[in-house]
Amino acid sequence: MLSIKDLHAEIDQKSILKGINLEIKPGEMHAIMGRNGSGKSTLSNVITGRENYSATKGSLELNNESILDWTPEKRSLEGIFMSFQYPVVIPGVNNTYFLKAALNAKRKYFGEKELDSAGFLKVIKENLKELDMDMKFLQRPVNQGFSGGEKKRNEILQMLTLEPKLAILDETDSGLDIDALKIIAEGVNNYRSPDRSFLVITHYQRLLKYIKPDFIHVLIDGKIVKSGGKELALELEEKGYNWLDS
Amino acid sequence: MPNEQQIIDSNLSKEYEYGFVSDIESETLPPGLNENIIRIISKKKDEPQWLLDWRLKAFELWKKLPEPSWANVKYEKIDYQAISYFSAPKKKELASLDEVDPELLRTYDKLGIPLEEQKMLSGVAVDAVFDSVSVATTFKEDLKKEGVIFCSFSEAVKEYPHLVKKYLGSVVPHSDNYYATLNSAVFTDGSFVYIPKGVRCPMELSTYFRINEANTGQFERTLIIADKDSHVSYLEGCTAPMRDENQLHAAVVELVALENATIKYSTVQNWYPGAPDTGLGGIYNFVTKRGACLGENSRISWTQVETGSAVTWKYPSCILKGDNSVGEFYSVAVTNNFQQADTGTKMIHIGKNTKSTIISKGISAGKGQQTYRGEVKIMKGAENARNFSQCDSILIGDKCGAHTFPYIDVRNPSAQMEHEATTSNIGEDQMFYCNQRGISSEDAVSMIVNGFCKDVFKELPMEFAVEATKLMEVSLEGSVG
Repeated sequence: MLSIKDLHAEIDQKSILKGINLEIKPGEMHAIMGRNGSGKSTLSNVITGRENYSATKGSLELNNESILDWTPEKRSLEGIFMSFQYPVVIPGVNNTYFLKAALNAKRKYFGEKELDSAGFLKVIKENLKELDMDMKFLQRPVNQGFSGGEKKRNEILQMLTLEPKLAILDETDSGLDIDALKIIAEGVNNYRSPDRSFLVITHYQRLLKYIKPDFIHVLIDGKIVKSGGKELALELEEKGYNWLDS
Repeated sequence: MPNEQQIIDSNLSKEYEYGFVSDIESETLPPGLNENIIRIISKKKDEPQWLLDWRLKAFELWKKLPEPSWANVKYEKIDYQAISYFSAPKKKELASLDEVDPELLRTYDKLGIPLEEQKMLSGVAVDAVFDSVSVATTFKEDLKKEGVIFCSFSEAVKEYPHLVKKYLGSVVPHSDNYYATLNSAVFTDGSFVYIPKGVRCPMELSTYFRINEANTGQFERTLIIADKDSHVSYLEGCTAPMRDENQLHAAVVELVALENATIKYSTVQNWYPGAPDTGLGGIYNFVTKRGACLGENSRISWTQVETGSAVTWKYPSCILKGDNSVGEFYSVAVTNNFQQADTGTKMIHIGKNTKSTIISKGISAGKGQQTYRGEVKIMKGAENARNFSQCDSILIGDKCGAHTFPYIDVRNPSAQMEHEATTSNIGEDQMFYCNQRGISSEDAVSMIVNGFCKDVFKELPMEFAVEATKLMEVSLEGSVG
């Protein structure tokens, strides 16, 4: 699915990623853990193609095709989704309109018929139910006045609706109370399937109690310094990151 | 029916689509302005002596007035002697639409304005003003049954002289300002509306203004009178051909609302803005619009979507004289490429418990320069007056500008004033968020801008709201790299 080899990246000419290697196969869930400032968010921004995050060396491939030259929207349309750590407010644009535009952009890209309001509502109703969200939610402007939990739930709602192949969950657990965390974890778990992959970015292992990654990688100073199975999360919980510093 | 998004998409690839010239035989006076020209205009229109006198009085004054230079706009000095002050399609005195020059009907058809009454299923009565004269007014008979008068200004002068004489210049006097004074001297036509006591006008009234001839100015005059307990919603649209020279449009609009009357006046202004790459040509839109809430509990609401013109100078205002009267101003103005706009409103509170609301949304892109200029004045006797003002600007790119000049003058301590102003860029984070969801940058800009304008668009009548959304797409086309 996603293949990263010796990836170096910088922002404002400051080198942040210093040789990342990562293979995510279909159906796999990988978690990247690390302290603040280790390069976790930079990695997700480079994968999604955000402006000013430039890869200087190495390769980034989706299904054996280099995506480094792709625009952010092409990466999205081709199946890469990111749940934002800080979802963005768009005043005056209601959630339905935004989500419908996104879904129809994707359908159009694949030559499918765009959905009308009724068709869209059908899709969205199921997903709202799964995340225990009210219909009223759709009429509010995108992320405006949402609580932290609502914002994150809205991100997952978008994920369920857009059906990405690779979902990056960037600090999705931050700002969530335990009930919201459980609902979101359930939504994510139900979404898992043999052809969908995940990259979970977090610095706590709290979320990992509810969603179980297949692999865990520790990122320190722009490099993956250790990889392992779920047990690595527990080890990190116990010992912190210091023992991994070189 | 195409959905909203399809309309938007089809418009994204368009340039100024109203830039064509119609080949219509017309009678145009030679350029130049003097007393004789004014006498000719008045004579052509078969006007009574009092109106000619009024015109000449304005002209005498105009000659002495200095051209205002305080607005935050730059343009080449206008040569008032190089403009023709009267142009009309040759065929006139029409008994019905069948007699209208078919080329003219085609023109309005191209503009998306069906004049033929059978097509008027949308229930909007239209008065079409072509260059200097009103060429057709639809649904006149239906309106007459309700006692509503909707006709060209010239016709009103003939048929309803007492109403015209009573209210002409009552809100915008002939001496008001340079352009209004010029208009008073040379105005050629326009629309006239009278809504009788207790009548709720059964349909939207609409005027479409079109400048066609080269080197002509358009000086129309609109007068709307809403008698006690009446209600009317009026729409105004404007387009012009693409020409390299600048053309002047100096209109005057006067609104009078008596006791418990409501006037809602909406404008979608789409005059030719000039060439996008050089700024050559385009309309100078120097317009005076004012409404007087004379009666108690009366209400005047201005909604404007300003996307066209090379230079706009315009301040639709309300004089809140009646106790408990309400004035509203909702505005979206777009300046892209080389466009400049200095626009805003004035709310003059005279009566007790008067209330005003100002919501102004400015969008600047390209090298566009935009100024909001607003004045809220609370007079001594205006007990418990209230005003809420919100002026937001959004900048797209780094070569455009937004400026805000609010003037507040309070002479009664019981007044409550609120003023909010923001200026922001379309955030990189907003764009990225949309892109990450597969939405293209062009679509993202239009989505964000439409969200930004929502508070104003929701004040527009339904069919205008769709048109306004479309227009924004076209106006902002190419503003993102």
